[in-house]
Amino acid sequence: MKISFPHMGYSYLALKWLVENMGHECIVPPEPSSHTLDLGVRHAPEFACIPFKILMGTYLEVAEKGAEVILTSGGMGPCRAGLYWVMHQYLLDELHTGVKVVAFEPPLCDLKDFFKKLRWVRRTGGLSVKEFVQVLRITWEKIKAIDEVEMLSHEIRPYETNRGETTRGLWQALEMLDAANNEAEIEDAMQEGLKLLRDVSQDRSRNPLKIGIIGEIYVVLEPAANHYIQIMLGEMGVQTDRSIYLTSYTRKNTIVNLEGDVFEIAKPYLGEAPIGGHGANSIGETILYARHGFDGVVQLAPFACIPEIVAKSIIPAVSKDYGIPVLTLFIDEQTGKAGVQTRLEAFVDLLEKRREVKAKRGIERLVI
Amino acid sequence: MIKGYLGVDVGSVSTNLVVIDDQNQLLVEQYLRTNGKPIQTVQEGLHAIGQDLPADVQIAGAATTGSARYLTSLIIGADIVKNEITAHAIASSALAEDVKTIIEIGGQDSKIIILREGVVTDFAMNTVCAAGTGSFLDQQASRLLISIEDFGSYALKAKNPVRIAGRCAVFAESDMVHKQQLGYNTEDIIAGLCEALVRNYMNNVGKGKEILAPVMFQGGVAANEGLVRAFNRYLGQEVIVPRHYGVMGAIGAAILARGASRKKGGTSFKGFNIQEIHFKTRSFECKGCSNACEVVQFYENSELLARWGDRCGKWELHVM
Repeated sequence: MKISFPHMGYSYLALKWLVENMGHECIVPPEPSSHTLDLGVRHAPEFACIPFKILMGTYLEVAEKGAEVILTSGGMGPCRAGLYWVMHQYLLDELHTGVKVVAFEPPLCDLKDFFKKLRWVRRTGGLSVKEFVQVLRITWEKIKAIDEVEMLSHEIRPYETNRGETTRGLWQALEMLDAANNEAEIEDAMQEGLKLLRDVSQDRSRNPLKIGIIGEIYVVLEPAANHYIQIMLGEMGVQTDRSIYLTSYTRKNTIVNLEGDVFEIAKPYLGEAPIGGHGANSIGETILYARHGFDGVVQLAPFACIPEIVAKSIIPAVSKDYGIPVLTLFIDEQTGKAGVQTRLEAFVDLLEKRREVKAKRGIERLVI
Repeated sequence: MIKGYLGVDVGSVSTNLVVIDDQNQLLVEQYLRTNGKPIQTVQEGLHAIGQDLPADVQIAGAATTGSARYLTSLIIGADIVKNEITAHAIASSALAEDVKTIIEIGGQDSKIIILREGVVTDFAMNTVCAAGTGSFLDQQASRLLISIEDFGSYALKAKNPVRIAGRCAVFAESDMVHKQQLGYNTEDIIAGLCEALVRNYMNNVGKGKEILAPVMFQGGVAANEGLVRAFNRYLGQEVIVPRHYGVMGAIGAAILARGASRKKGGTSFKGFNIQEIHFKTRSFECKGCSNACEVVQFYENSELLARWGDRCGKWELHVM
């Protein structure tokens, strides 16, 4: 079968490997472009949020290239994204694409359905259970390695002395990971990629600001949807950490992981109210970033995203209690990045000034 | 010889130029419509302000701000380039040290800046909607055949402002038309529009912000007395409209120019006579990889000054 999936950051490299090694043909989704957006906006309901529109565009692009099946995720809870795959299926049918959308619901929501779909993908590819488990394991290793090199790139970029060197290093590292086919090769490629990034010429005397990136999962994970915000901030001399990596829940070295349960942390501001999507996460994560000494937080929200709007109206209280400035950016169809650049520059000015004032107060206290 | 500092603010609707002295006194100002041609407008404006400037003033520093700040900095030879949010905050706190809130409404954008002890602690800017900014007021004024300068005074004459939906410019317009057709008078409709715009502003950019006095209201739209009154009513306090409300961004830039040129020990300013120079941009699509970046090249006559737009940094160039 010809299988495709949504484009989310660099994860497509691992997912491509997965599809191919399950015995299927992979139609690699292209990075969302203005063409993707045109297609999506044309066929999606006007009031749908930008992730819906970009995915719609992507699905039509891969359908054009011959995709027969699209694997995606479902979801439960009050965010409508959980139903997006159903809507996408309707629209794809209406346009006579013949594409079938297969959505994996969270296993806790419907375990039977989850395994039924998994078995279907495995059997149609002709894999034994043992082979299938092995393929999944290697894919997971690949995703982890991709996240690893990306994380390091965001750490190093603010120190680079030649603009773009880190990003080019990252691309090279990703190419090496793309070519790796087993656990040993992935490990080698990752180590080589990390070394490549560490070798970028740097000015370590800088003391970069630290900003946490939070918000709705798709616009946080897909650089093409968020104006490459982490690269933009990095080139402005800011270190960034984003709250969501596909593998962050299994990591101990990231700021947001299972250990610090974000829902528990957000509770004083939310009570039991389930605000859906990543709204509660946004509140909890703001607190986590403040506790870890970050200078500020940028919240990315699709225009008209209810969970993020609710989070946005609670965040001023969090921001005040924890003394951490938060900038909210609403993301929609605009592709011009000048507006985003202006807001980020002003936010960086604000954070730098705060650091100065804090440092001065510190010195005054020492003198007294 | 007096030292002057030039600030240029090139926005979507207007291009403002000012020269200030060491005491932050405004020596000359120029206000031009950008008309979608920033390069030409800057050249014209610079020439005009050079003519106005007293002969004993010498430009010791220059800075640019506004949405065309990077392009403009190449044209004039700026010592520093700064975003308009920071520039506005700097100008206001230089004029009134204790200002705690700045309301700024320009042609296409509106912002709120919160300051405490002269330091910006929070800000917001409209994101996906321009309802309630200068362009919309302009459009409504011309639809009613009233000059934009008189628009505010009409609002002041109103006895019973009509309620207008202010959330979206398109809906606001149709709501206005419907009320007109029912026979409400123009004054009451305009006053209603002013109130709707203030409501929209406070609900949108002002949401969740701690608005403390003194509040400064600036930007081109502050010329509208109707809006000033609507803000006063909504906030329950008098907002301050600074004398040079329309060019505050440029003043902020000029103040920054002073600091930057002192630090640098000189200025890169190219002088006022640049209208003879032919500036142009050309672009091409890079074929280096699948990103297909649109690379822009900026020329001064036939000399390549700068290149930008590539994501990888391969083409980037600054001859400055």
